[in-house]
Amino acid sequence: MDILNALVAFTNFVVVPATTYGAQLALGALGVTLIYGVLRFSNFAHGETMSFGAMVVVLVTGLFQSWGISLGVLPTALLALPFGILVTALLLLATDKVVYKFYRKVKAAPVMLVIVSTGVMFVLNGVVRMIVGTDDRRFADGARFVVNARDFKEWSGLSEGLAIRTTQVITVVVAMITVAALFWFLNKTRTGKSMRAYSDNEDLALLSGINPERVVTITWLLVAALATIAGALYGLDKSFKPFIFQQLLLPVFAAAIVGGIGNPLGAIAGGFVIAFSEVTLTYAFKKVVTYLGPDSWVPDGLVQLLSTDYKFAVSFAILIIVLLFKPTGLFKGQNI
Amino acid sequence: MTHTSTHSAKPLPRAPLYFAAMAALIIAVGVLQSWNSALAILNMGLISAIMALGVNLQWGYAGLFNVGIMGFTALGGLAVVLTSMPPVPAAWAAGGGRMIVALLVGLGTIIGAVLIYPRLPKTRVRGLFLTAFLVVGFFIYRTLFDPAVAAIEAVDASTAGYLGGLGLPVMLAWPVGALLAAGAAWIVAKTALGLRSDYLAIATLGIAEIILAVLKNEDWLSRGVKNVNGLPRPVPYEIDLQQSEWFLSLMAKIGADPVIGSSIFVKLLYAGFFLAVIGIIVLAMELALKSPWGRMMRAIRDNEVASEAMGKDVTGRHLQIFVLGAAIIGFAGAMMTTLDGQLTPTTYQPLRYTFLVWVMVIVGGSGNNWGAVLGGMLIWFLWVEVEPIGAWIVSVLTSGLADDSALKAGLMDRVAYMRYLTMGVILLVVLRFSPRGLLPEK
Repeated sequence: MDILNALVAFTNFVVVPATTYGAQLALGALGVTLIYGVLRFSNFAHGETMSFGAMVVVLVTGLFQSWGISLGVLPTALLALPFGILVTALLLLATDKVVYKFYRKVKAAPVMLVIVSTGVMFVLNGVVRMIVGTDDRRFADGARFVVNARDFKEWSGLSEGLAIRTTQVITVVVAMITVAALFWFLNKTRTGKSMRAYSDNEDLALLSGINPERVVTITWLLVAALATIAGALYGLDKSFKPFIFQQLLLPVFAAAIVGGIGNPLGAIAGGFVIAFSEVTLTYAFKKVVTYLGPDSWVPDGLVQLLSTDYKFAVSFAILIIVLLFKPTGLFKGQNI
Repeated sequence: MTHTSTHSAKPLPRAPLYFAAMAALIIAVGVLQSWNSALAILNMGLISAIMALGVNLQWGYAGLFNVGIMGFTALGGLAVVLTSMPPVPAAWAAGGGRMIVALLVGLGTIIGAVLIYPRLPKTRVRGLFLTAFLVVGFFIYRTLFDPAVAAIEAVDASTAGYLGGLGLPVMLAWPVGALLAAGAAWIVAKTALGLRSDYLAIATLGIAEIILAVLKNEDWLSRGVKNVNGLPRPVPYEIDLQQSEWFLSLMAKIGADPVIGSSIFVKLLYAGFFLAVIGIIVLAMELALKSPWGRMMRAIRDNEVASEAMGKDVTGRHLQIFVLGAAIIGFAGAMMTTLDGQLTPTTYQPLRYTFLVWVMVIVGGSGNNWGAVLGGMLIWFLWVEVEPIGAWIVSVLTSGLADDSALKAGLMDRVAYMRYLTMGVILLVVLRFSPRGLLPEK
């Protein structure tokens, strides 16, 4: 029986990765939820938007590195982030003008916009692959660890190490700053309030003189920032692979729906619910159980509830449960 | 666009013309490239057309958006393995019985939970009890399931390592594929229909990923990524034809090379089967469309509220049509795996099997069955031919550059992704400027 070591192992393999992943999902889900709240459709191209933003960040980071610019212990990608957001914002505004605007004007059914967004996804997918190919790219530089497993063992005298990577800390910190800024914007500024009003009741908002096109533009700008940050953080933490973002679409949607689609607070909660369920259910608890059990006793199997290949099944199962029992999500959906 | 007012008297004025053009394209491939590739395009085009018919049923008749076509196609492929491969007796002896018991326990847990849930008192204890029931059921299932999997996969792992199928004729797998896909579709639709329209799309996206994960990882079922090769065929093998007396004399009579001739003969046989299937499905769907049921479906699609006020069960009808559409896709998926002769789970990609089919339906003309068939053939043709055409364009454009220039090599590498881009652009352009497609709904 060794509770401390069990706790450290659990933190190291479940809590830290799930928190990081949860922050990334939350940022992705916030983008989906903002689009749903204002434009009223589920944007299937969001995964590819994240991919595109991350790609620009990767390219600009490479450029900075070749110029010898760096942030010391912090990854250079943080410097490249604003450029990524800018380019992604231009892309999204152009997409809106060329593609989505027409369907808003003719007041097309939401499902039409969903199909159109899959078309956009197709195009973005091709664009990203044509620009950078499909290779795996690592672009994280700077210090690798904040807490090193060996140092931690020496410091605590435990047999189990705890490692926290720089990218994990950066993910959580950047996500917190982004979310704080977003909520400040939505709740305190006039533009943010007009956005919420528009999402709550379109007709009333129009009556009070809110310009819908301006609201839409602001939404796309926010979405560009959220998607780029989410994509870049995910890429920093793991690595940048274009095809991975298509697979992120399901957990991101699940997070948005679990929280209540259209509700930013719900998107954050949903992101963490999905991430923690996914990591906990697919983690092999053998080590933790060994520490917790009686001395010199080892469980037979890996004590893993689901193989990691079924992590989609976790998002999907949670999604189905929510749809069955509480279709509006944990928080009441459909307003920002 | 023609003016519908002047042409409305004549039904489908453009259809024969378009189909003739399509036939000309395929014949052109036959003349310019080879008849083998022309027939290969024709066969896959016919299968794509059937998938497009299934999606057209869901989207064109009912306005349901399915993003999980890939999953239903893959289930059809699984059906071929489960139906037609010979059983592996050693694997069955090692763990077959235990596996069946484990699966029954798993299924029983879920069904039990569904049955007892409404009968429990509506207090907080209900959720706790249900969770406990599911957790206990899951652990019993895993204790039975894990050793059975280990035992089955240990049997002759390099060539078998799975339970095998039932050893039935391969054509039977096609309706079985339809049944499997219909079952998966029923589960998805039962939960997601009646909510916001986007939720069905997201749920289908999820089920497709899960079906694929099962196919890739459950080695005891279909060998996972080790693939199942040598699936039985409904047509003779080329090598047997080349040695049979009647075929050689036939080839000698028309003066053809027996090796190429046998390959073409086999492809023609497949094309015959596929054409028969398309004929039956289109006939059934056209009859359904003209029946009171079809009129009701279109009424529901065009105005759900009004139909509900007329006493129509909108969610029930949607469920019905979604399951039917998925069954057609599963049927086509089984046909495709039969044609390929192997099940390779890694080749199922959403871009290829979900979005390409959508492009087919939208371009062909949603709501029109002939349009779906035309779209399926045409888009498949473009999908196959865009890459060589793109490569040709790039090689012409870069002909001034030196062969070892980085730009040229880079462009040549990227040409493969041109297809995604082209298909996305086609989808967007058609949706925007000609949303009714090549053959509009009447």
